[in-house]
Amino acid sequence: MKRNILTAARVIRSKNSGPYELTLDILFKDREHFELFRRRNVVTKRRVAALYGRPVADILKIVYFEPSNALKITMRRPIPSGAAGETDIYGAQQHAPLLRLTY
Amino acid sequence: MAAKTSKKKEFRVLSTTAILGYGFPESSFRAGLAKKPDLIGADAGSTDPGPYYLGAGKSFTDRSAVKRDLRFMLTAGVRRGIPVVIGTAGGSGARPHVDWCEAIIREIAAEEKLSFKMGVIYADVPKARVRKHLRKGEIVPLTYVPPLTEAVLDESVNIVCQMGVEPIQKALAAGCQVVLAGRSYDPAVFASLPIMLGFDPGLAIHMGKILECAAIAATPGSGADCAFGTLTGDSFVLEALNPARRFTKLSTAAHTLYEKTDPYHLPGPGGELDLTGCSFTELPGGRVEVRGSRHVETERYWVKLEGVRRVGYRTIAVAGTRDPIMIREIDGILAGVEAQVHDLLKAERVEGRIFFHVYGKNGVMGALEPEKRVHTHELGIVIEAVGPTQAAADSVCSLTRSTLLHYGYPGRISTAGNLALPFSPSDAKMGEVFEFSVYHLMPLARPDGFPLRVVTFRGGKEPK
Repeated sequence: MKRNILTAARVIRSKNSGPYELTLDILFKDREHFELFRRRNVVTKRRVAALYGRPVADILKIVYFEPSNALKITMRRPIPSGAAGETDIYGAQQHAPLLRLTY
Repeated sequence: MAAKTSKKKEFRVLSTTAILGYGFPESSFRAGLAKKPDLIGADAGSTDPGPYYLGAGKSFTDRSAVKRDLRFMLTAGVRRGIPVVIGTAGGSGARPHVDWCEAIIREIAAEEKLSFKMGVIYADVPKARVRKHLRKGEIVPLTYVPPLTEAVLDESVNIVCQMGVEPIQKALAAGCQVVLAGRSYDPAVFASLPIMLGFDPGLAIHMGKILECAAIAATPGSGADCAFGTLTGDSFVLEALNPARRFTKLSTAAHTLYEKTDPYHLPGPGGELDLTGCSFTELPGGRVEVRGSRHVETERYWVKLEGVRRVGYRTIAVAGTRDPIMIREIDGILAGVEAQVHDLLKAERVEGRIFFHVYGKNGVMGALEPEKRVHTHELGIVIEAVGPTQAAADSVCSLTRSTLLHYGYPGRISTAGNLALPFSPSDAKMGEVFEFSVYHLMPLARPDGFPLRVVTFRGGKEPK
């Protein structure tokens, strides 16, 4: 049976990385979960794009950062921070779709 | 000021708060002073609060809060002979922001009768200079940023560039006890002096990168508390100054991720911080030691430009609905209202744009919202009107609010009014609206070539 990301992660958060990018961090509970995700390639650009309903080209990078057992996704903001139509200037509440991840 | 040949074995830094004006407990500050810092610093800015503050020349932190933080830093620094460095003054670091912060420092100097030399560094970039580089094809957009055009440049205001360590070092070398810098690369506040004294730039900048957020990188994290860093020849050590917090390997490493695109490669003025060989080790007493951070210089010295342009004025109205039929029909209703209002405005020759923020549906994520079904018994609706003048924005908001209030939608049975309005007056003028227009790299021939003005205070007064 598939498990939800919450069994593996202790932090899932979003924030701006400059006004043009949104960056999503998943901090795993331990090295084992981190390694499992990295080995199985659980998080792909395609999967993130599907979760957010965006084109794959808008997902810039997926980086595994060993020192904090973390995975970072950086994607294009639909609009630059604060431009017309903005809903979240800091980009701090854009993480929820990641809570649907299973592995 | 210590000379470049200093044989100091370590360099100690007190970072007071994540953003000047966020505050810090006096007990943490005193504990930091007791550790005999060689530098007291605070970064004062960010682009995170959005484009308005840069455009309007205003601070996003409160004046009295900034004055409170500065009073502690200046009195302790000046009386003990510890350099005080403030970066990105006034939140956005353009001339009006720097001037605003300088006025606060002048007040404190007079009230406390302080004697010191202050270096004020401006980070504004004249449009003519950007244009010159633009015509030579030397203005490079960052990822997802459209190429800069001369038309966009013409419309932009308050263009600043993130200075590196060099202008601050120049002020310190000139004997300035206090340095007030315009837009700065956040770590430069903390790294300028140690690099000048011969410490490793990679370690100094990485330490600055963490300390610029003060105790946010501790656990539990806080932007409103001090943190302490000790730089040595081959590592740096971070510690909290509040017994309620400590630095852990995970809290420190997790912070390295924060707000960055790629935690292994952090670009800055003139180079890149390479953390691929970096290690984090926990020491007793809630301290963390970091090794292996490297600074790699780029062939040309690039700086990041930031600029915004005004796109109009804004008026908003807040409302709610509790009608299940209206909630079911909400998308069609809002589209219908918008069309009707635009027809009316066209006849009156009033320009403006309408945005609905529908809380309870997609108010938080907008275009990124994957959940298409609405399961709620009430919705919050914020009407946002943007027009070329405040009067136009007021008209668009007023008309949209009244049209939505009485809009006859399919299946409607509550004919007295569609909205619950919490406020009278219902509409709020929000003033100017800006958007980011410049977020590009520009080459710099002289990294220290920023305008520096030195002010000397004796007993709080500036001698003529």
